Amino acid sequence: MDMGVVRDIEVNGKEVLVKITPTYSGCPAMDMIAADIKIALDKEGYQTKVELILSPAWTTDWITENGRQKLEEYGIAAPLTESADKLALTGESKLVKCTNCGSNNTTMVSQFGSTACKALFKCIDCLEPFDYFKCLK
Amino acid sequence: MLGDNSMILGHRLSELCGHGPSLETDIALTNISLDLFGQVRHYFQYAAKIKGAETTEDNIAFLRLPNEYKNTLLVEQPNTDLAYVIARQFFYDVYHLLLLDQLINSTDKQIAAIATKSIKEVKYHTRFSSQWVKRLGDGTAESHEKMQTAIDYLYPYTADLFKETPLEVSLKEAGIGADLTKIKESWLTQVKSVLEEATITFPENPYGHVGGKEGVHSEHLGYILSDLQYMQRAYPNMTW
Ligand SMILES: [Zn+2]
Repeated sequence: MDMGVVRDIEVNGKEVLVKITPTYSGCPAMDMIAADIKIALDKEGYQTKVELILSPAWTTDWITENGRQKLEEYGIAAPLTESADKLALTGESKLVKCTNCGSNNTTMVSQFGSTACKALFKCIDCLEPFDYFKCLK
Repeated sequence: MLGDNSMILGHRLSELCGHGPSLETDIALTNISLDLFGQVRHYFQYAAKIKGAETTEDNIAFLRLPNEYKNTLLVEQPNTDLAYVIARQFFYDVYHLLLLDQLINSTDKQIAAIATKSIKEVKYHTRFSSQWVKRLGDGTAESHEKMQTAIDYLYPYTADLFKETPLEVSLKEAGIGADLTKIKESWLTQVKSVLEEATITFPENPYGHVGGKEGVHSEHLGYILSDLQYMQRAYPNMTW
């Protein structure tokens, strides 16, 4: 919900249809998310169907304030605005804040991180590596 | 064709998993591979739905014969060295981005939706490969020479990207497909501009290899498919 992956829910008595959309096309978590939704709702006595929709295409703008906070707490820097994102990823300015110590003195290690949606950054002050959630528009 | 391009290129890149020359390029290339496979699943799921009956995305991906694959010759070329991997990716990314940019206006709603989704990812791919062309081209004497060799070798295979097949012509006329002539013009401009910045000489080679989109492939595809199809052929209908 906070990630903007769940797009729509239709409840018809005990039948539920949940529509989800992938963050990235190849996101390997989608099947897991769909299975988790189904298990959780089935346990509550619903007959659940999960449908994957592609349009409109997911954007990082759909991550809620709460979602951004949870990402940061988990150690993933939340996406910046589109223009700031570009400056940060090309190394033109230091805009990504370290999730460990809060310093802006950080540098990109790799444009692609542990998953397609993230880039790998390193904090120059506390030396901690961390993921940055890339802006997707 | 687009689905097969992404699948075969995705497979080529997946071969580099754990074998990339550095951690950064290893992770990046396999992430790009994952994006491509994700896009392929969307195309193949849609194709399976249109075909109906018993067809599934897995049948389409794993159980066709070599001449039924319609990917272009460029994407099946091997990972000779990093310069070849980057040159192949760069030529394809620039093309892929321009193609998707047209397909987002396709009269086919599902194709337009997949293109709108994919284009965001392909922008990152293009940025990555263009930067590496510049880094290697404008790097040391050795990296420059390797980049130039790879560009010269792979350039003739790009002709296949723009060779319009009768199917593509009818899709274009129906407003579903793209106009490859327009794409070629922009592609040349963009490729030339990156190569210039990379101090790489643009190959003025007029010869071009074609045929992939009509199922006539180089010898490399057979090897790729024997690897790719092994599991489904040996254990039909197996799932994880
Ligand atoms: Zn820090």
